[in-house]
Amino acid sequence: MKLKSQRRRRFADVMLKVTAFLSAVIGLFFLGWILLVVIKQGAAAIDWSFFTKLPAPPGGEGGGLGNAILGTLYMTLLAAVVGVPIGILSGVYLSEYGRESRFGALVRFTINVMMGIPSIIMGLFIYTILVVTMGHFSGYAGGLALALLILPIVARTTEDMLSLVPHSLRESALALGAPRWKVTLGIVFRAAKNGLITGVLLAVARVSGETAPLLFTSLNSPYWPTSMSEPTANLTVTIFNYAMSPYANWQQAAWGASLLIMIAVLSMTILARFILRGKQE
Amino acid sequence: MKFFQSSRSHSVADSIFKGLAFISAAIIFLIMVGIFIQLIHSSRLSIHKFGLGFLISEHWNPVTQEFGAASSIYGTLVSTAIALILALPLSLAISLFLVDLAPPSVSKYVGYAIELLAAIPSIIYGMWGLFIFAPFMSDHVQPILQQYLGFIPLFKGPPMGIGMLTSGIILALMILPFTTAMMRDVLKMVPSIVTEAAYGMGSTTWEVTKKVTVPYVITGLVGGAFLGLGRAIGETMAVTFVIGNNHNISASLFEAGNSIASTLANEFTEASEPMYLSALIELGLVLFVITFLIQVGAHFWLKRLSKSSGIK
Repeated sequence: MKLKSQRRRRFADVMLKVTAFLSAVIGLFFLGWILLVVIKQGAAAIDWSFFTKLPAPPGGEGGGLGNAILGTLYMTLLAAVVGVPIGILSGVYLSEYGRESRFGALVRFTINVMMGIPSIIMGLFIYTILVVTMGHFSGYAGGLALALLILPIVARTTEDMLSLVPHSLRESALALGAPRWKVTLGIVFRAAKNGLITGVLLAVARVSGETAPLLFTSLNSPYWPTSMSEPTANLTVTIFNYAMSPYANWQQAAWGASLLIMIAVLSMTILARFILRGKQE
Repeated sequence: MKFFQSSRSHSVADSIFKGLAFISAAIIFLIMVGIFIQLIHSSRLSIHKFGLGFLISEHWNPVTQEFGAASSIYGTLVSTAIALILALPLSLAISLFLVDLAPPSVSKYVGYAIELLAAIPSIIYGMWGLFIFAPFMSDHVQPILQQYLGFIPLFKGPPMGIGMLTSGIILALMILPFTTAMMRDVLKMVPSIVTEAAYGMGSTTWEVTKKVTVPYVITGLVGGAFLGLGRAIGETMAVTFVIGNNHNISASLFEAGNSIASTLANEFTEASEPMYLSALIELGLVLFVITFLIQVGAHFWLKRLSKSSGIK
């Protein structure tokens, strides 16, 4: 090996350290900038009527996004009700029954791929099977499109979390004569409880901020959500529509909705991490 | 596993539970197959009329019912390429900082911050991009680029703020937390005994990084880059806000363009003719196939990694 001069080696080393440090600063600067802008612009738009009233007409005063907040809650709830049980059960299958099977490997592979499919494709898929057949956009379609995003995340975390439960625990319960389903639900689930809750929370947090899957499914609506079989108001599509409009009061409402979504998603994510960390320590 | 099966009584409840679990797993697989079938079926009008020419034709004209995906595919690839060129080196440097250079407490909290930022919905990036970053680009960044690099066709055209370059940068910021978190996890896999041995021989951090750390985990880093690519290529909202929805292919990065996802988001609800809808769904099919292949590639690549390093 040729010995380089000490100076050049030092220089390269310092350059690396400086570059790495500056990169971290640049990354955090931009992300901090985004957060601050959303907080500043959003806070100006949020007041009590923001939560309780219907949207104001373009250029009008007051008003709120109560209908969109409610609609987002409904659809996220529907997505969780549909997506979480199927996701958890698939995770149970992969961890408890299909660990070595070919079908298990195929499903595991499908889940990995599905997690990387763009959310807009899920919206398109639900559009072709639900909106076209029903003949109109609906909150059900929106909720189901979100459920398709929840499914693989919950299935994957469930499998991972159940796999962490030691085998001796299952063996002890089975040796006492407990049937397999009781062992899974009563023993394995209890041992993996925090991990499962974390997975569900992260999945719900992820979909509650999704816009693309709702564009062609729930659409949006200026009215209160009275029936899920009609186009349903929601925060994210409202942000998109309002931001693209030329009206200042709508754009401001879009900032308010952005802040609200951001707070909701971040607090669910923080809560999820908190629960998981509590378990590990 | 054999031991479990022989020691338990086969009750009805057990078979029902197993059956439900199996059906749920099967549903996931069927959804995936269903997406494929439905997208092909729903775009049959357009597939039938335009054939493979759909992929190379630049014409996108709802009035004459002529549709081609070339400008959307081009825009998707260019905006993704800009995003990766910016985000990958930056996230590698940040993850190096977090793993090898920063004091543990700093690394821990910056790490948390990055994981949280990865959770921020893309529409937030879109809002910031449209109202804050695009004006900033047109006022400060693009005029400077034009002044010094204007002779390159990439930087010609009016500095409007919105367009390909701005979309690429916002996309880069969006995937940055994701790729950083992934690369950090990969770099953590390097056993400290390996790096310590190199340091023990008197290597500098730069030398350890270049000759030991990065070669040791290069497979994982490439896998992470793949996943970042998959995420960027199908990203809808962050791009839709600022790309400008223009169906012409232009050499300039300042020009407005469109990506597959942004075209879907902008035009789908306005499309009333069956052929228009069908062409849009075929665009979605193209995006689905591209991301599917990326994910399959990443899956097998990372599988190879876990096999070679003995990690399950």
